[in-house]
Amino acid sequence: MKRRTFLLAGLGTGGALFLGWALLPPRQRLVGGTRPDTGGTAVALNGWLTIAPDDTITVVVPKAEMGQGAHTALAMLLAEELECDWARVRVEYSPIDKIYGNVSALVEGLPFAPEADGTLVRGIRWMMAKTARELGVMMTGGSSSVRDCWMPMREAGASARASLIAAAAATWGVAASTCRAEQGTVISADGRRLRFGELAALAVSHRPSEITLKAAAAFTVVGTPMPRLDSAAKSNGTATYGIDVSLPNMLYAAVVMSPFGATTAPSVTAAQMAQSRALSGVRAVVSLPGSHYGDPPALAVVAESWWQAHKAARALATATVAEASAVSTVTVLQDIRRTLRNDDGLPLRFFGGAKKVLAAASRTVDATYEAPYLAHATMEPMNATVRVSNDGAELWTGTQVPGYARAAVAHVLGLDEDNVTVHQHILGGGFGRRLDVDYIAQAAAIAKTVPNVPVQLIWSREDDMQHDFYRPATVSRLRAALDADGRVTAFVAHSAGQAPFKAYSKRVGFLLTQSGPDRTSSEGTWDQPYAFPALHTSHSETDSAIPVGSWRSVGHSHQAFFVESFIDELAAAAKQDPAAYRAALLQSHPRALRVLQLAAAKSGWGAPLEPTADGRPRARGMALHAAFGSIVAEVAEVSVARDGRIRVHRVVAAIDCGLAVNPNIIAQQIESGIIDGLSVALNGELVIEDGAPRQSNFYEYRLLRIDECPVIETHIVPSLDVPSGVGEPGLPPIAPAVANALFTLTGTRLRALPLRMPSEAAS
Amino acid sequence: MNTPNSDPITLVVNGAPATVGVDADTPLLWVLRQTLGLPGTKFGCGIAACGACTVHLDGVPVPACVTPVSAAVGKAVTTIEGLRGAVAEAVQSSWAALDVPQCGYCQSGQVMSAVALLSANATPSDADINTAMQGNLCRCGAYPRIRAAIHRAAEALPTRQQR
Repeated sequence: MKRRTFLLAGLGTGGALFLGWALLPPRQRLVGGTRPDTGGTAVALNGWLTIAPDDTITVVVPKAEMGQGAHTALAMLLAEELECDWARVRVEYSPIDKIYGNVSALVEGLPFAPEADGTLVRGIRWMMAKTARELGVMMTGGSSSVRDCWMPMREAGASARASLIAAAAATWGVAASTCRAEQGTVISADGRRLRFGELAALAVSHRPSEITLKAAAAFTVVGTPMPRLDSAAKSNGTATYGIDVSLPNMLYAAVVMSPFGATTAPSVTAAQMAQSRALSGVRAVVSLPGSHYGDPPALAVVAESWWQAHKAARALATATVAEASAVSTVTVLQDIRRTLRNDDGLPLRFFGGAKKVLAAASRTVDATYEAPYLAHATMEPMNATVRVSNDGAELWTGTQVPGYARAAVAHVLGLDEDNVTVHQHILGGGFGRRLDVDYIAQAAAIAKTVPNVPVQLIWSREDDMQHDFYRPATVSRLRAALDADGRVTAFVAHSAGQAPFKAYSKRVGFLLTQSGPDRTSSEGTWDQPYAFPALHTSHSETDSAIPVGSWRSVGHSHQAFFVESFIDELAAAAKQDPAAYRAALLQSHPRALRVLQLAAAKSGWGAPLEPTADGRPRARGMALHAAFGSIVAEVAEVSVARDGRIRVHRVVAAIDCGLAVNPNIIAQQIESGIIDGLSVALNGELVIEDGAPRQSNFYEYRLLRIDECPVIETHIVPSLDVPSGVGEPGLPPIAPAVANALFTLTGTRLRALPLRMPSEAAS
Repeated sequence: MNTPNSDPITLVVNGAPATVGVDADTPLLWVLRQTLGLPGTKFGCGIAACGACTVHLDGVPVPACVTPVSAAVGKAVTTIEGLRGAVAEAVQSSWAALDVPQCGYCQSGQVMSAVALLSANATPSDADINTAMQGNLCRCGAYPRIRAAIHRAAEALPTRQQR
């Protein structure tokens, strides 16, 4: 990466940057309209950091920490340029402001292939970036946190460093160019020193007109396996989640929600209401209409303790009659399969007349795959705490979208958004579930009935699993035309299923993606690096009353299984080794080829495998997938027990995610993605009958446990490219890698998730 | 106001006596979290299926979400906030050193189970770890690091003979 010097465009001269905090061009991201809370004596040098007299650096982060390590990674970006003492760095959530809006996720959300780079595409991306900055939607998702903050965090650090140096130089009466910053101290040429904490107040009036970012070769923080800032607090019970909020006089709420498709709350008689209100600790029983944010009609019980509220709610649930609902996954899947047969989906990427080539081909491969609905099942159930006062409201919660959370509270209470204060907490898991704000709207509606008292709404595990926005079930038919040598002459993919991001956009009122094609439905087909002479990818959107949303890696979560299983089928049809077959298709994509080769080499691809301890044979399977700007290849070593149980012993992963900001967190996220993906590949299936999921808790919706967890190795391709996604890209390849290993092992091709092998006794 | 339908209950939590006036069927979990202000013990499933609420009763790991508060009377309740001693220190420092937690929500329970395991078995095998930790679900997939951190803590502790 080249050393880069630039002007902060449009900032003018003099003290405008710090004096006129809010009077800056709307599209800059250094200083916002809201000054970060500096907690008394600290000084905000821009919208991204404050410095206290004791040298504590508080990095102001606009992204949710939900396990993915974003807080540590973002702090590293800023600390790298600031030249501060890492031991003094802490992190705090930013206020809600346009400068913190996610630009990367919206630009990446455009329906262009990653390598598309024409003038028109570049123009549209530029327009979207401009629009994104003006919309200012704060959002943690799409594996975008480091990409989105890569420039602003470093610019903020570099700008503050320049101010601190200028302040020291002015104090000493020397030229700033003769001073340097090191470990939280400014040092003059003759060795005089001033600490950042001593300089911060003075630095406010010294702002740079020009800042210089460090060259990658000079990085001392970025690129190192820094320990996470939150590990200790998360190992000793002191980390505070939304559910841990405790306020004076706080009451607790539990709910009984209507099934999918219902438009009314469960009906309850006056006598039942009275009976419920007489229960120990109960303060109020209310009926809620639900809102467009996705919270269904419901009954809510408010009590002095959550246990009392929960008991009363369960009693109400048995006593009341819910509106009948016919929504079921069986009929929805029939509808999706019927839609798929029409073969008229909305094309997303096509060239070379693929369908004509296919129609004329003498040899084809044709396979249909299916993936079920999935729940997020975050470990921390949905919860939110709201206090409604005479002139406004306060919200305490964990969310991936603080701006939408605020809007939901304002909407439900009929308030101006400026009168709603949001206190953000770390998230006990997000995975896309906390992009929705249904539980927040519901908490506000409940708190409205008991004004001036904080109310904490906590969903039971059953509420959480049965009122989710699920990963949509998707069915895909893949076809390829082959020439006499088995080479692909045309590749055609057509999938059908609900459009999750369109559904989400309607709930939160995000206009840009409420119409037109939903790229998330079929991402993972049209944006892959394989070179085919002709390609046609399309998707048919289906509709149902089953609520759908973004589930970790979204469309990639199922499309990678479809495409990478099919590539393996093509390799088998061509009688070629799956790794060699993929390599041949990646000759024009050196980045993907390098990832493939690294995974193959590190996994011992092609070398014989010892049987398991109980004498069962093992086999390897491979998959490669590009998602969120990164490319991941995984090789899984698999065996099948006599009873049909699929066992994954070892997974070797290789990733190219651009410059590896924190290799330790990258490895952690690859492990996480593999285990999450394996959990659902082996067990995940949400079945809905009569408008309600059959699964309600972890004994029915099974997730991987420690005894089923493979050994995982992560290898990172060295790179100086701009960092790309890490939180999600590790997930998509694992299901096809395991399915491909099972094919090698048994000759059986599994085309539906979850993967199920027959037991030997049964066959 | 509706009042609790039982007499005050006296517990010993983290070495200190605490008297609470709650319904007798209230799970220990909610007494710890909401009555005694000890939120380190987490609510995950309510049916002893995830282990996020693991506490020690007389040193034995139990799921607090299905333990009625009355069942804790006369026993020493230890929560993540009250964890002390060489084993706890070894486990928690290994947890931080290997960056075990991601979202961290399950980790109080994981740490409680790991401390109970190492207190009973100074040199656990992988199979021992599977048995002891199988009840603790982690949605972020910290399992490989949990296993490594337990082995690391075991190595840091004096052997059984030396203790």
